Amino acid sequence: MSALQDSVTRAPAVAAVPKGNIALGYLTSTMVVILLFAVPLFAKNFVIFQMTIWLIYAIAILALNILTGGSGQFSLGQSAFYALGAYTSAILMEHFGVNYVLTLPVAGALCFAFGFLFGLPALRLSGIYLALATFALATAMPQILKLGVFEHWTGGVQGLVVTKPDAPFGLPISQDVWLYYFTLVISIVIYVFAVNLLKSRTGRAMMAIRDNEIAASAMGVNVSLYKTLAFGISAGTTGVAGGLGAIAVQFVAPDGYTIQLAIALFLGMVVGGVGWLPGSLVGSAFIVFVPNLAEEVSKGLSGAVFGAILIVVIFLVPHGSRQVAYKIQDIVRKIRK
Amino acid sequence: MPRCLLRLPFAALLAATIALGGVSPSAAQKAYDPGASDTTIKIGNLMPYSGPASAYAIVGRIEQAYFRMVNDQGGINGRRIEFISYDDAYSPAKAVEQTRRLVERDEVLLVFSAMGTPSNAAIQKYLDAKKVPQLFAATGATRFGDPANFPWTMGWQPPYQTEGRVYAKYIMATKPDAKIAVLYQNDDLGKDLLKGLRDGLGAKAAMIVAEDSYEIGEPTIDSHVLRLKASGADVFISITTPKFAAQAIRTAARIEWRPLYVQTLVSASIGAVISVAGFDNAQGLVSAAYNKDAADPQWRDDPGMQRFHAFLDAYAPDVNRTDNSAVYGYGAAQCLVEVLRRAGDNLTRANIMKQAAALQGYAPDTLLPGITVDTSASDFHPIERLRMMRFSGDRWELFGEVIGGELDK
Repeated sequence: MSALQDSVTRAPAVAAVPKGNIALGYLTSTMVVILLFAVPLFAKNFVIFQMTIWLIYAIAILALNILTGGSGQFSLGQSAFYALGAYTSAILMEHFGVNYVLTLPVAGALCFAFGFLFGLPALRLSGIYLALATFALATAMPQILKLGVFEHWTGGVQGLVVTKPDAPFGLPISQDVWLYYFTLVISIVIYVFAVNLLKSRTGRAMMAIRDNEIAASAMGVNVSLYKTLAFGISAGTTGVAGGLGAIAVQFVAPDGYTIQLAIALFLGMVVGGVGWLPGSLVGSAFIVFVPNLAEEVSKGLSGAVFGAILIVVIFLVPHGSRQVAYKIQDIVRKIRK
Repeated sequence: MPRCLLRLPFAALLAATIALGGVSPSAAQKAYDPGASDTTIKIGNLMPYSGPASAYAIVGRIEQAYFRMVNDQGGINGRRIEFISYDDAYSPAKAVEQTRRLVERDEVLLVFSAMGTPSNAAIQKYLDAKKVPQLFAATGATRFGDPANFPWTMGWQPPYQTEGRVYAKYIMATKPDAKIAVLYQNDDLGKDLLKGLRDGLGAKAAMIVAEDSYEIGEPTIDSHVLRLKASGADVFISITTPKFAAQAIRTAARIEWRPLYVQTLVSASIGAVISVAGFDNAQGLVSAAYNKDAADPQWRDDPGMQRFHAFLDAYAPDVNRTDNSAVYGYGAAQCLVEVLRRAGDNLTRANIMKQAAALQGYAPDTLLPGITVDTSASDFHPIERLRMMRFSGDRWELFGEVIGGELDK
């Protein structure tokens, strides 16, 4: 565990989190999960809806974390994958009457394929150039969704309204509570999958590439395969989040998936801590709840207040919630001694 | 002793209630839905205070100020208006979140004048399921006047399609053999207006010889204007938002293209568009209007506009009065107050919708003479008439009759 404090105090330029420390311990994880399952018992429907949105963005940030924290590649194009997932779910549900549960794997698979293919040309780029290439993707997406050719399916600029699913098997819970639990289960599955992925052979290969591409390739890691794979997995996961988002918000429109969303996800990842998977929850909370907080402070200057809060956070804890978590861990250990 | 003090008002209230109920069981029957009470009416609103469309948020500020004035004057039937306006950053997802906050946490009686097509489209189904009125949605998309499918949603301003039909009528009457070129923004504004134009031209839709669209992210639209000039058209319809509208006017002047230039009303603002494009370049432009222009001297003695200016002086002195959004916010807020006043003590959501759908010949201070708010159980488009105007000197001059562009039911 000491290597982990080192990695924080040494403050590397691109966060290099040791593989053993990408997740929370079992005890903490269990507590968080129990807490998340208990919330609907006490909260109003509106809060439950907010928490659903929070979980959905957390999945999307987690996906970006796999890409950036895992394989060291940047992406400002996550909104494009998110949009693709959202539209896939919405179109399947509304035009083909497919059950919402089944639309998610389709959205995920489609986005995986799309991300994997996009990863191929992206191989030639790295760092800031890759970020710009993905940025282009994010800028192009809303426009593509508006194209007259697809209008019959996408609803064009008017968007598409999605029907919210009822709880199955006649369960006596509201649509919101059901959707929350549904999202929560998917989040847990994706989280466990991500942790295992990064701890596996594949994850080790990705991290080796992140830390030093030449060294990794010298050790026999197939650099291009793992880089594109990371892109595909990240895009697929984002697609699932997008599909869930469409079901929760009940509406998809091109203007909902602009570059703003991609930047918000990027922001969430940085605030949560790059490469530290539980940080996705914190980062998501930041992008979902802090704007509301800023609005309470000042309506006219909510953007400025949000910016100020962001600057303070970045200055005080440049490694995001990961840094805070390690600090707390440190203190707890000292007290135990 | 303190107990007695507490009990006394309660007993009085009870007695009063009984007395009221006993005396006139039908007339003074009070009925409330969440958000309304003897003392207050809670109204929810969404505005893009942040994000790409924040220029429109001025509407929310004016509405807030208007309700403050109404409260200072004693409220509506003795009830104060509590106006709760949240930022949705023009994002559909955020709009849904904030609307749920308004309905479920703040428990507003209705959602009023939410801004923009994407936000209103995103919350429409939710509000319909909850049976919460979505009144006077601040968008011209036609879908917000569909009582058969969405009985809880009503728009306010003339639908974009209506505007398109009005231009079609005008062109067919004045230039029956025109060749029309259309430049439109690739969103709901552009597509809806173009549809209205085509429907209005009907069998003569072939008069449109060229159409070209641009994206809101494009830095300049010069090349589109050049292309449209090359089509040989003698009528140019510019369905554009302010920045692009000014660019198009300037470009057309520079390349000496002098068609009959029709500028859609969203960008007919003298302050935001014409002065930017240059008055010389804008001579002879035609457009349509339903609101009085706050900068137009011909309304100096108009009692309605005098009330408008008095209101701005007292409650929003820092707002730019040439901004069309100020006139818009005032008119919409006044219209809502009228609906609430007519609802009387029956402040249920169903009755609010009933009253909103029974406005006939109502004219807020800011509407042009001859244009009124008219609704019925089957007509959820409150304003459907416009008057043409031509730019001359440094102002718009209205001409011709009021033109109706009612959409088919």
